[in-house]
Amino acid sequence: MASSDGNKNTEPWGGFDDNIIQGTGSAVIDIENMDDTSGSSFEDMGEMHQRMKEEEEVAEEAEATEEETGEDGEFLGMKGIKGQLRRQVADEVWQAGKRQASKAFNLYANIDILRPYFDVEPMQVRNRLIESMIPIRMIHFPQKIAGELYGPMMLVFTLVAILLHGMKTSGTVIREGTLMGTAIGTCFGYWLGVSSFIYFLAYLCNAQITMVQTLSLLGYGLFGHCVVLFVTYNVHFHSLFYILWLVVGGLSTLRMVNKQVAALISRTVGQTPRLILCGTLGALHMLFLLYLHFAYHKIVEGILDTLEGPNMPPIQRVARDLPVVATAAMNAVNATVKTLGVILQSQ
Amino acid sequence: MAEVEETSKLMFAGLSDVSISGDIPVEGEINVPVGTPSQDKEYSTLDEPVKDTILRDLKAVGKKFVHVMYPKKSSALLRDWDLWGPLLLCVTLALMLQGGSVDSKDDGGPQFAEVFVIIWFGSVIITLNSKLLGGTISFFQSLCVLGYCIMPLTVAMVVCRLVLLGGSWVFSFIVRLIVVTASFSWSTFASTAFLADCQPPNRKALVVYPVFLFYFVIGWMILTFSPSA
Repeated sequence: MASSDGNKNTEPWGGFDDNIIQGTGSAVIDIENMDDTSGSSFEDMGEMHQRMKEEEEVAEEAEATEEETGEDGEFLGMKGIKGQLRRQVADEVWQAGKRQASKAFNLYANIDILRPYFDVEPMQVRNRLIESMIPIRMIHFPQKIAGELYGPMMLVFTLVAILLHGMKTSGTVIREGTLMGTAIGTCFGYWLGVSSFIYFLAYLCNAQITMVQTLSLLGYGLFGHCVVLFVTYNVHFHSLFYILWLVVGGLSTLRMVNKQVAALISRTVGQTPRLILCGTLGALHMLFLLYLHFAYHKIVEGILDTLEGPNMPPIQRVARDLPVVATAAMNAVNATVKTLGVILQSQ
Repeated sequence: MAEVEETSKLMFAGLSDVSISGDIPVEGEINVPVGTPSQDKEYSTLDEPVKDTILRDLKAVGKKFVHVMYPKKSSALLRDWDLWGPLLLCVTLALMLQGGSVDSKDDGGPQFAEVFVIIWFGSVIITLNSKLLGGTISFFQSLCVLGYCIMPLTVAMVVCRLVLLGGSWVFSFIVRLIVVTASFSWSTFASTAFLADCQPPNRKALVVYPVFLFYFVIGWMILTFSPSA
């Protein structure tokens, strides 16, 4: 324990004045005598920081008025110095933590990463929407797929809205979940999931297609789905649906496949991988439209019933299901869903 | 006078190396300002009665409602943004849209949480979209505008509920359709009056479409709401 020399304090224990001022810069501190009485919790660090700033201002004023500056590194064995040390350490940790947090925030929450993919004009979006229905043929030079995210995102949200409308008008009941959650989950799941799958397949086939390009390609392909579903959720004829499915769905699929092929032509990709890639893409796209149309005629409740009791047919006949052609398809889908349900149940 | 100058020169001699050419005696008074009125005002909001604070905030919210009712190009909504109004409207709408039946078999209507989540996540996504398209509006300002512009739809919901209390189904449906369509277009128009200004001029359509879709979904939820008996 050092004694206090040359300070002007009147209290026997030394007071706070000079040594607090010196304590901010002192390096000689007797650690053995430290105790835990002056704790500093991190929750209070902000206030402590503020208080330290104020103390520094007070200290500056005091220093300006005093002529003698005193000695550095004077330790008086008081709780004031120990508290000062703990506060200093905690303050430094606080500052370091704040710096790291703001660095992490600037790195991950920086939406500027996505900014170049939203750099479009309305004319471009409109043109791409129209072109997504026109299958281009016989392209002999490699074409680059434009990577843009605004159009696909808006199309996915539109699909969600249309799906919601369809579910509501067909009286779909979803027990374990909400209507909105299911719609969003289905559409975004398809868009992100199938894009990742196609990206993975392209990676396997050594074709250089970026994730943004597959997202963009698939997103614009959903335009056909939106149109078909919008029409058939309001006009309930199954034959009309099949015609639209083939025509509109087929057109948009052909367009996507052709674009894919065109993007792959220049690379050293053989015939088989190209076939696999484009075949998968086409099949998934068409099947998704089929699924969206049939899935929300009480089929969700049907699947749950299938799991509980194997006697009920998964798809309930709704009054508007009139054409005979539909019943054959219905039975086929019934059988598929039943087997799926049995498989799921057995797992 | 000479003595004063000499003493002042001595006192300020030490300052001569602080990039002042020559010894320029500085005269005057330096006073620490004691209790400026603005400082007093800042601290006194803690001491004022709670009634004053609440009334002040309510007045600000009310003023913004008036701005939404008559959307003209003023920046009051943007400058002093607050989220009280949107919260109030969102909670009111969600409460009114709750399906009456608690039967687990029948999902009568969108539950409170669904409406709440749709409104807030929809607003967040529209804000992000407008920022990514190069908008100059800040995050919370955009949330504020979108939230306040739900007000016509809330009014429509109240009207729909009243209309559903009685009357024939077809007639009430037509009335509800007209009311919801009118309020939805009013909401879209009001919010674009504020939001579209903060965009480069050729991209206004790209910002308007998500707003249109957002209010369309909310309007559709209001229109298809039918309270279970």
